Amino acid sequence: MEEFLRILTQSMGELLAPTTAAYAMAAIGLNLHFGYTGLLNMGQAGFMLLGAYGFGITLTSGGSFWLALLVAIAAGVLFALILGMPTLQLRGDYLAIVTISAAEIVRWFGRSTLWQEWTGGASGLQGRYYKEPFQELSFLPDGRWALGPLEYINTGSDSWWTRIVAWGLVALVLLFVWLITRSPWGRVLKGIREDEDAVRALGKNVYSYKLQALVIGGAIGALGGVIFALPAAIVPDSMGRTMTFFVWTILLLGGAASVFGPVLGSMIFFAAYMFMRTGMRALAENTGVGDVITTTNVEQIGGMLVGVTLMLLVIFRPQGILGNKKELAFNVR
Amino acid sequence: MSVDETTTAAAEVLRSVKHVPGSAKPSPLLVADHVTRRFGGMTAVEVDHLEVQEGVITALIGPNGAGKTTLFNLLTGFDRPNTGEWSFQGRSLTGKSGAAVAKAGMVRTFQLTKALSRLTVLQNMLLASPSNPGERLALSWLPFLWKKHEAETTEKAMEILARFKLDTKASDYAGSLSGGQRKLLEMARALMTDPTIIMLDEPMAGVNPALVQSLLGHIQALRDEGMTVLFVEHDMHAVRHISDWVVVMAEGRIVAEGPPDSVMKNQAVVDAYLGAHHDTDLGDDALLDPEILARLEAEEEKR
Repeated sequence: MEEFLRILTQSMGELLAPTTAAYAMAAIGLNLHFGYTGLLNMGQAGFMLLGAYGFGITLTSGGSFWLALLVAIAAGVLFALILGMPTLQLRGDYLAIVTISAAEIVRWFGRSTLWQEWTGGASGLQGRYYKEPFQELSFLPDGRWALGPLEYINTGSDSWWTRIVAWGLVALVLLFVWLITRSPWGRVLKGIREDEDAVRALGKNVYSYKLQALVIGGAIGALGGVIFALPAAIVPDSMGRTMTFFVWTILLLGGAASVFGPVLGSMIFFAAYMFMRTGMRALAENTGVGDVITTTNVEQIGGMLVGVTLMLLVIFRPQGILGNKKELAFNVR
Repeated sequence: MSVDETTTAAAEVLRSVKHVPGSAKPSPLLVADHVTRRFGGMTAVEVDHLEVQEGVITALIGPNGAGKTTLFNLLTGFDRPNTGEWSFQGRSLTGKSGAAVAKAGMVRTFQLTKALSRLTVLQNMLLASPSNPGERLALSWLPFLWKKHEAETTEKAMEILARFKLDTKASDYAGSLSGGQRKLLEMARALMTDPTIIMLDEPMAGVNPALVQSLLGHIQALRDEGMTVLFVEHDMHAVRHISDWVVVMAEGRIVAEGPPDSVMKNQAVVDAYLGAHHDTDLGDDALLDPEILARLEAEEEKR
């Protein structure tokens, strides 16, 4: 029983974890791409990694926290422009191919020794180089604080301060996305998602709208990378394809084209993911299950189950949790 | 009968026009010259000269593969020609994008209806409104800047929807409409842009016969309001009833032009539709005679 409570607490902790906020943020950006505009961005992790680099490198070289945030956003914007300008004229599938390879290119550049003095190469940029200016901004008193069973240090890496900033940013961006997508501008994006030729025939510059969506969603993805870097280090290999697919799973779980879908999706995803892994580990240690699933296999099996979840979602509930059921009443394509 | 009177009025304008391919019109809205489009070795469109008269209904007909839709796509900026130029209201539209063509007042519909399924019928309509300030990203998050425009547009949209008897469906998803209703919605949506010329690509395709009559009525009503209509159509019945002028295409070229009754009797048109030997009985044993076959082939050569 005690063991079960521990697993439950750990899973609950994921609901508020900075990583959950980081993925929610990335999924908000992807929602603007895929959910509203229908753009297949298969490289959201590339935007996140670039954002994290922009943030970390600026702080390491002595820039302020605010400048670092701006640099991160600018990195996302630039990446979106470079990817979008040549490919958004083409059919949608090509953007998917370009983004997935571009994200890989970013990761390989990060891993290489080419700019090692800036990026730290394969071992990454250690948090101690850039966290200080961020933690100095904290107005929380020293010490620890507990919310029910969840207890963290007030200011530090895995701290309440990190959580406040992470979720505060998510809330701000969510408000921004809600404001712009409920407008006629958002309606044009949805029109493009349904049929871009029809929207073009009504006199709208489809290319420009798609580029705007890609840039804003990409900048939000870069902010997700910043949040991801706050409690950890910036290691290129931890921000690769797996991350992109986690973001997709979160978006489709929560419900594409819904405002709160990405946040809800991220919370449920990480709580369930933690519950599944710690639960499996406890079972493997304490019961006969250990003969079949050894503790060393838990991570791998967890990853596989995420893939299975993604498939099941797409096949059986493509609108996710918050998606509109009415939209499925007719055949979309 | 007001409809008949106006039909005569439109026909009156075209009375002096010669019944030959590429004939000059009294006040052409759209003028195209030397438009060609090749797909590999196949020439899909090769139009030397075409004028579309203002304020009348012009039908573009022809057998399958005649290049009607390709010409349509070229003129509306949805395809790029190999050669050619065209102007609309005296302004060149050659090489302009689909969006620019639509902004200039030339709005089209599609053969395969493009209703925006996961938007409601009303949203479909509102989307078509030109120069909506809320569609600019910088202003989109400030509703007080576009609420007024939105309200006016909604009023106009409901009026047009009522005319097409779609007003009761305004809050339904467009994807839940029937095929015929989607055709109506697409036409209604095009009207939201206040076009000068509306170009309909096979408006009757896939529409049940009961609805065809009302669709035809809508198209005539547009003309009576002063709009110019150009439509591609297969349904000869529809063409005969509502068009004031018919342009016939075959194998990429314009082979005939004229008012509906006379153009249908034109030998080139009959040939294009039915083949030159449409009255030859293929079951006739005489065709087995090599002499007769050779004569037919010689005729074919001469053509």
